[in-house]
Parts: sequence; structure tokens; C-alpha cells
Amino acid sequence: MNSPGILAILRCMLTRDLILAIRRLSDVLTTLFFFVIVVSLFPLGVGTDMEMLRAIAPGIVWVAALLASMLALGRLFSEDFADGTLEQLILTPQPLSVLVFSKIIAHWLVTGLPLVLIAPLIGLQYDLPAGALWTLVLSLLVGTPVLSLIGAIGAALTLGLRGGGVLISLLILPLYVPVLVYGAGVVDAGISGLNTQSHFLLLSAFLVIALVLSPPATAAALRISIE
Amino acid sequence: MLEARQLEAVRGDRRLFTALSFSLQAGELLYVNGPNGAGKSTLLRMLCGLVTPVEGEVLWQGVNIKSLAEDYYQELLFHGHQCAIKAELSGLENLRIAAALSGQMLAEEEVLEALERMGLKGLEDLPAKVLSQGQKHRVSLTRLLLTKANLWILDEPFTALDKASVELMKAVFSGHLANQGIIVLTTHQEVALDAATVKQIKLGP
Repeated sequence: MNSPGILAILRCMLTRDLILAIRRLSDVLTTLFFFVIVVSLFPLGVGTDMEMLRAIAPGIVWVAALLASMLALGRLFSEDFADGTLEQLILTPQPLSVLVFSKIIAHWLVTGLPLVLIAPLIGLQYDLPAGALWTLVLSLLVGTPVLSLIGAIGAALTLGLRGGGVLISLLILPLYVPVLVYGAGVVDAGISGLNTQSHFLLLSAFLVIALVLSPPATAAALRISIE
Repeated sequence: MLEARQLEAVRGDRRLFTALSFSLQAGELLYVNGPNGAGKSTLLRMLCGLVTPVEGEVLWQGVNIKSLAEDYYQELLFHGHQCAIKAELSGLENLRIAAALSGQMLAEEEVLEALERMGLKGLEDLPAKVLSQGQKHRVSLTRLLLTKANLWILDEPFTALDKASVELMKAVFSGHLANQGIIVLTTHQEVALDAATVKQIKLGP
């Protein structure tokens, strides 16, 4: 029997989840709009002091990205769980961590990547200089996949629980702290004209660790939740 | 082939069944009977490896299914309570993706033909959310016509099916058993299946 390779499986899952996302576009857009609105509320609330806005921009954009990513996590496995397809995924002769990994990629593509792409526009509201805008985009590009990867573990653990939404925030937000610190830190450094390389290296290290650890951990958590 | 040894299941603090053993050879069918809540679905999920038994083990070809893992799933087709059909995908897409993930690349014509046999001609391109419960069920059961799996574990396969579909399913089951397949199923409807060997298990009081 010629069984398809891991890449073919990755592609198949990815296409499936992306088609689903496109057919349910409103879900994708809510995350994006949530991010845009939260970030836009601050300049309206704190006033137009440019100095201050520039100072708070990195923290606010990153916290908003954290919350937006959190908001989207609930949907990562819950729909597949509800209609029984998750069970079937576990029962396929493919390694579950590969399936989970492609689900996380798809999830990031529809919830994380839009935030990265809209970040320059958002940054303009805070009067960020061009260089810092670039740093912001890059930091989100490296950081938001980490959020999806770590969040997937929480989403899998809280699957099917009542009040899972609150529980997942309690579980996951503390784990997001290092990403927040270095994500916001790198933009801060960018604004002050400091060297950002060390921050980026650390963020990338987080990404590599999450890439390696998250899929098997999520797969194990799913197996527990499905019982 | 499929063997259960001294299985025990516990839900909450209630013991559903204990010391349950049976074995099934190629071409045999097992009916799992019992009232609601007797542990039929739990037993079936246990046989799939979705639920870990408190005691005992499930063996496939003499090897524990936990150590077989993906090799076992190659041989297994499970039809659960839910249809496992994505509401936004059409019947055709649902089946092709499910097949691809179980390592079977299917041509479109093959799937269309199977859908037609299940009486779903003309509905294959509609998103599953506009189908009726029975139609969704039939889409899900179409997997039985396409699969190469040897062991079918079916939880209430006749629910929401009309008479013609039940007849068709019976024929499909008989064909599978004649091909040395194994079927484990639960049902509340009395459906007489003509298999060489039909075994029965009654759970509950």
C-alpha cells in the first residue's frame, strides 16, 4: 500500500482547514477586528501625546496580539471535537502530531498572519518611526506563531470542559509572558535605536522550542481530552 | 484477529463492565447489545483505542493495540455517534479528505460512484449543512464502500437511515464479512444479518 508521505498529509490537512476558514470567513475577521479595535481604543482613550503613544505602543500592540490569539484559540479544536472529526483524525494511520502541527499552521495563517500584515497600519496610529514599524512587523512575525503553538496545548487540554474559555486564559497567558516581554522589548529597543539582534535571537529560540515541543504535547493532550 | 482480554470500564464511580473477554476471527460479526448507558459505546471506543481500559487489553493479531498504534488504525474504520462530517464541506470533499488522511488517494469518480450507490446522487456538491440528518449519516457510511480497512467498528450505523439504506448496508456488511472482514456493531434496531458467524455480547443488567 503506498501511503502518502508526511508532506502530503500536511498539505491535505492544511488545505482542509484553510477551505473551512474561507467558508466561515466571519470567524477569521472577528479576530482581526478585535485586534484592530483594541489597539485603536488606546490613542482615543489616552489622548494624543505623541511621546507617550510612542512609549506605550509596543506593549499595547503586543498585549492586543496576545488577547486576539487567545480569543481565536477556542476554535482550534472545538469544532472538530463537536462534529466527531477529531476522533477520526486520531484514528487515522498518520502521526497525530503531524496532523496537529498542520492544524496549528492553518490556525496561525488565518488568525496570526493577518495581525502581522495589519501591524504597520496600526503602528501609524502611535506615530512609530518607519524603522520601528518594520521591527514591530518582524517581531510579530516571529512571535505570533509561538503564541499559536503554545496556545494549542492549552486548547487541547481544555477541550470539552465547561468554562474552558476562562480556564485556557489562566493556563496559557502566563506562558505567553516571555514572548510578550521580548516581543514588546524588541520594538522598544527599535524605537530607541538600540541593537535588536539579541531580542530577535531569543524570540527565534522560543519559536524553535515551541515548534519542537508543542505538536507532540498537543497531540498527547488531545488523546487525554477525547477519552 | 481481534481479541479483548478481561476488559473493565469505569465511568465516574460506576463500573460499566468487568472481566469482558471475547475474540473475533476473520469473517465474524459481533453484536453488542444492551440498554442505554450500559457501556456499549465505551466498549467500542475502547476497541478503537480512544478509551484506555482500566483493566485488561485489546489485541489485534495478538499484539496490544497500544503498541501497534498507527499500524492498527490502518486496519480500522470507526463510525461513531457523530457523523464526523464537516458542515462546510460537500459530501465529496468530506469523503476525499477523510480517505486521503487514512492514506488512500481516491479519484473523484470513485467517490461519486459510491455516493450514487448510497442514493446521494445530485447531492454530492452540496455543503453537508444543508443535508438532512439521515443524508449526513449516509455520507458518513459511504466510507464503508470506499475503505480498505479490515475491521469495522460501528456505533449505531442504522440510526436515521431509511429502509432502502438499511437493506443496502446489510448487503455491504455481508460482502465485507464474506471478504474475511470483521465487524463490531451496536444497534437498537433488530436487523437480521446473514453472516457465517454472529456473536453476541449483552452488556448491563
